[in-house]
Amino acid sequence: MSVWSYANPARFMRLSGRLLPWAAALSALCLATGLIWGFFFTPQDRLQGASVKIIYVHVPAAMMAINIYAMMVVASLIWLIRRHHVSALAARAAAPVGATMTVVAVLTGALWGQPIWGTAWEWDPRLTSFFILFLFYLGYIALWSAFEDPDKAADLTSILALVGSLFALLSRYAVNIWSQGLHQGATLSLDRNENIAGVFYWPLLLCIAGFVLLFVALVLLRTRTEIRLRRIRALQLARAAS
Amino acid sequence: MQGLSSLMVRELSLAVRAGGGAGLGLGFFLIAILLMPLGIGPDMGLLARAAPGMLWIAALLAALLSLDRLFQADYEDGTLDVLATAPLPLEAIAAVKAAAHWLTTGVPLIVAAPVLAVGLGLPTPAQIWLLAALTLGTPALSFIGAIGAALTVGLRRGGLILSLLVLPFYIPTLIFGARAVDLAARGAEPLPMILLLGALTLLSLVLGPVASAAALRINLR
Repeated sequence: MSVWSYANPARFMRLSGRLLPWAAALSALCLATGLIWGFFFTPQDRLQGASVKIIYVHVPAAMMAINIYAMMVVASLIWLIRRHHVSALAARAAAPVGATMTVVAVLTGALWGQPIWGTAWEWDPRLTSFFILFLFYLGYIALWSAFEDPDKAADLTSILALVGSLFALLSRYAVNIWSQGLHQGATLSLDRNENIAGVFYWPLLLCIAGFVLLFVALVLLRTRTEIRLRRIRALQLARAAS
Repeated sequence: MQGLSSLMVRELSLAVRAGGGAGLGLGFFLIAILLMPLGIGPDMGLLARAAPGMLWIAALLAALLSLDRLFQADYEDGTLDVLATAPLPLEAIAAVKAAAHWLTTGVPLIVAAPVLAVGLGLPTPAQIWLLAALTLGTPALSFIGAIGAALTVGLRRGGLILSLLVLPFYIPTLIFGARAVDLAARGAEPLPMILLLGALTLLSLVLGPVASAAALRINLR
């Protein structure tokens, strides 16, 4: 059985119904362990004090904000090429989650930046590109909600997501020209010297796993809700017709 | 080829005749530039410093506000259906329409901008770069905007959603264009920015017609 068979909503409902509780429970477990470990059982940073601990929320949220958009692009491509209905619904379900992650990343960054940088907001390339990313999510959500015909909306938003991914990348590198950076480099890296110190690393990894699982659970839940909504609408239409 | 040139002639004559609104984009550009000193204050130094950004933002908004004309009228009266069934590829039709949009809104801005720049106190050496940046950059505004116009063509009140979709796409154009003029005004080398702007315009010349034709096909189903 190939992955394409899950384009059948009934089959998807059966599989996702079984996966959803596991994803939700595992996410809760990872987040609880990672956050408690990170907040209470890791040392304070020499310069930043306790405020360093915001990375357990900030870094996973920022990673998700970017990767959710990438997931939406892939899902849109699958919809355009294979007319995989669940894929279009999953892209739609992911957008508000991605927008929320973007807001969480910017807000936690602002909370941390106020004491450490001395400013909650700076027109720094990374901060600005997150602002831009948020606008891309808003445009995507707005276009979805503007159309009544779900297939037409799925097609048009897929095109928007594909074109948008290109311009999001362009904007990401164009803002580097426009302003000098204040934000530090990547927290996680394969280069051992670049990477964050070991005591912070493992709880951070757990939190990232928790955020990924939380995203999976939310998208499954929202996709299932949307499929049920469509069933209700189809039933109502059938009843009205008879 | 003959079909495309007659389509271009049709677009241009529709734009310049009564109700076509070819001059409206330019009018908007003028009033937007007038409003900025009124809002900021008549400090010549401050205005000269802000002039590249103000001119580019006004050009962005002027292009944006005239985008809904691009496909909407033809979609509503059925012309677009006829064009879509014509032997011409829809990509070429979208490209001609975007080019006509540039000729009727972009080119007047390029002509008017140097005069306004003098009014804003932009240093004289930067004038030629402003002209170069606008000439290279404004086609991108029309061709990128065509994507947004095609996506929202079926919507009754698509204006606000169109701006939410298109303005984020204009960000790289704005950055390269305004930065080029700004660098020239401060005596630095603006050529790299101009080249990037040219690359962006070439990209939009390819991407714009393809993406907007795809969106138009979906909307015409």
